[in-house]
Amino acid sequence: MRILAISGSLRRGSHNASLLRAAGELLPPTDELVVWDGLRDVPPYDEDDDGEPAPAPVAALRDAVAAADAVLIATPEYNHSIPGALKNALDWASRPLATNVFRNKPVAVIGSSTGMFGAVWAQAELRKVLAAMGARVADVELAVGHAADKFDGEGAVTDDSLRDQLEDALTTLRAEVAPVLVERRLVFGESPLDDGAREDADEPALLDDRNPLEVALL
Amino acid sequence: MTSVIEQQLQIPTGTWTADPVHSSVGFEVKYLGVATFTGELTSFQATLADGELTGTAEVSSIEVKDENLKAHLQAPEFFDAERHPVVRFSGTAAAPGRFEGEITIKGVTKPATLEGEITGPVTDPYGNERYGLSLRTVVDRTAFGLNWNAPLPGGGFALADDVTLKAELSLVKAA
Repeated sequence: MRILAISGSLRRGSHNASLLRAAGELLPPTDELVVWDGLRDVPPYDEDDDGEPAPAPVAALRDAVAAADAVLIATPEYNHSIPGALKNALDWASRPLATNVFRNKPVAVIGSSTGMFGAVWAQAELRKVLAAMGARVADVELAVGHAADKFDGEGAVTDDSLRDQLEDALTTLRAEVAPVLVERRLVFGESPLDDGAREDADEPALLDDRNPLEVALL
Repeated sequence: MTSVIEQQLQIPTGTWTADPVHSSVGFEVKYLGVATFTGELTSFQATLADGELTGTAEVSSIEVKDENLKAHLQAPEFFDAERHPVVRFSGTAAAPGRFEGEITIKGVTKPATLEGEITGPVTDPYGNERYGLSLRTVVDRTAFGLNWNAPLPGGGFALADDVTLKAELSLVKAA
């Protein structure tokens, strides 16, 4: 499984970037966390430039999202909301809306701030934006407040409970990369699968490491 | 001369299937508190077999007049078509034009009663015997996890919770 990691902070020594690196270290060997570092290069959204070909940094972002099984976003909070650069990148990624690369993509939002609230409002707004884009927003809440106390000088997590929370968040996100049901293939002719039984299963019954969208198209 | 097709007092015996061209399945919901917004599920099937009515419709076939809205309805925060591609009803005739059973939307199954009328029979120009079945029920969409809404500047919300589901079926006797 490939998880694309996006930090909403451009700052060198960003706590959110550290959070994502820590997440990468917690993944099992079968999974990889790929950090997208193109945020700084995405131009301001301009509909006049929103055509084919897309600006190269935008195309790179869209390709990276499309190639990922899931996306993990760690965001700081600016003026109680989403950092402008991150929102701008998502606005580009959301185009065209009906077929954008985030549609049905499992996404988890986490965040950290040096204050006590851990970017909770930015996270909430980000979840709203992602849901409106059609993403499958995982039920993850991880607000890391007082970030300066949670990482060492190298950006490594020094707080064991944070490591556990991060692991839980990753487990929830990875579970969303579930098999897309083949129910629709069975509707007209055979008994559809039971939704409830599938959702209760610990392990996705039909799952393998293929992209769920590809499975859906089989 | 006007010919009048009587509403039936009996549920027909045998197996009857919906003619997909001359039948429709759809929904109605108040939008912005005033007008009624409608949509159709164009891919469906329905069978009435000795009083047992079963029907399924594909969420991916929801048709509305804007492609972005159509995509929004397919998204995880609405019907989540990827995980729950089908809505279905199954029930039993409790009276002519009244079916009691269960409806499943977004993986959630709830009791539902469809009410309306059954008309016929008639013999169509191709010699097939037909009945008409006109049914509707009202569901609270939030009971099925379709919770999307947007607050309005003057108070209240954009989309009503109560949704009327409609089926207009032209039933042909199975061969």
